Amino acid sequence: MTPQAYDVKLEIFEGPLDLLLYLIKKEDMDIKEIRISEITQEYLTYIGLMKELNLELAGEFLVMASTLLQIKARMLLPQDSVSVESEEGPDPQADLVAKLLEYQKFKDAASFLAQREHQSRELFYRNILPTFSEEDFTLDSTLFDLLDAFKDVLKNAGEEVKELLYEEIPLEHKVREILDLLEKQDCIQFSQIFFVAKPRRELIITFLALLELIRMKQVVAKQSEAFGEIRIYRLKESEPASILSEEKPENHN
Amino acid sequence: MDQEKLKSVLECLLFVTNRPLSLSELADIVGETQENVQALLREISLELENRKSALQVASVAEGFQFATKEGYGYWVKKLFRDQTTIRLSPSALETLSIVAYKQPITRAEIEEIRGVEVIGVLETLIERKLVKVAGRKEAVGRPLLYSTTQHFLRQFNLWKISDLPSLEDLAREAERKKAAEGVVKASEPVSEPVFESQAEIQDPQDSVSSEPPVKGE
Repeated sequence: MTPQAYDVKLEIFEGPLDLLLYLIKKEDMDIKEIRISEITQEYLTYIGLMKELNLELAGEFLVMASTLLQIKARMLLPQDSVSVESEEGPDPQADLVAKLLEYQKFKDAASFLAQREHQSRELFYRNILPTFSEEDFTLDSTLFDLLDAFKDVLKNAGEEVKELLYEEIPLEHKVREILDLLEKQDCIQFSQIFFVAKPRRELIITFLALLELIRMKQVVAKQSEAFGEIRIYRLKESEPASILSEEKPENHN
Repeated sequence: MDQEKLKSVLECLLFVTNRPLSLSELADIVGETQENVQALLREISLELENRKSALQVASVAEGFQFATKEGYGYWVKKLFRDQTTIRLSPSALETLSIVAYKQPITRAEIEEIRGVEVIGVLETLIERKLVKVAGRKEAVGRPLLYSTTQHFLRQFNLWKISDLPSLEDLAREAERKKAAEGVVKASEPVSEPVFESQAEIQDPQDSVSSEPPVKGE
């Protein structure tokens, strides 16, 4: 059952190729040897979750879903009928692999640029504002990282509360809850936000509240390594540069 | 103009400019040869280094400009505390890489590679002056073409676009890293630079010939 449409206007800049590469990396697969069945299953789970959260799903995600199912179906057909077809028509699996390989190259290039920028982060020119974020290579969690962690939380969800007792919890309530947690500490673990055995609906609203806080740049989610533990940090409004305890200069001559 | 005076003038220009100045621009302004200007730039650099200055002459985007040395980030950020800019998001960086390697390129071509709309991200990149419109493609609809800017070169400390490692080299490097991770489970710091930074003064031979950025493949 989908919760009431909360107005969480999260702009999702990542697309189906990003999700696929994310899943491929997570399952430690080689792009050239994707296990289509597995990937399709996972992909559909994520799409389902995103829909349940009422996140705006770009059309491309659904097109990709059907492409994956098409590839999977082809694999199940008896070999002879497939080979006749593939002599003329395009090979959707080969096309997809080619697209993923190409996109991966640019992700590698993006890493290179990020590294480059990081190396020269202290090369200041006149009139150029420094970039926020001092921590060495702490990764900002992507939407997929958050969804991944949230999937785990949902696994431990309590049973659905009976309709009679159900009260629509306002999003602001949960937003406040999260901010209160961060009042006492600089950062908290992702899982701490979701208290034990709450009904699924409440967990979803809590997650949406977190996404909203991230969107409004009041908090940020980070991990120290890919697929590692996620931590939520408060972004102090007046001091955007001091999210972590202010760095004391080590090479102070 | 006497050499000492000339040096001072160059220092002055390097200070007031808000973008890297090429050798030919500098030579033009002071009415001297590029070789002479280059030699003096080196002298200025050496002098700064000898007196342990916090400033250096940065060579970037086929030009020269004063910049700080490393190690003062804490203080500079303290000065700008309310005005830092947010780091580019992964999707912004990916879109930026596509433009950098494939320029000039249309929005549709970028979207073909990324598999999703890039209009919002592209706007951010243009706002940040990392990408610019570079004309129109002679094709149906005459769509806009995008390319990277001089500001882009400066932010990523590149002399010119062709200094970017080839995509094949990057892919090979990523493969190598992945294989290495399989062997040694210990997590290495990612800060090991794969490609050397280029913040030193270029050799006379390199910098005098300034070719225009290489077009994408």
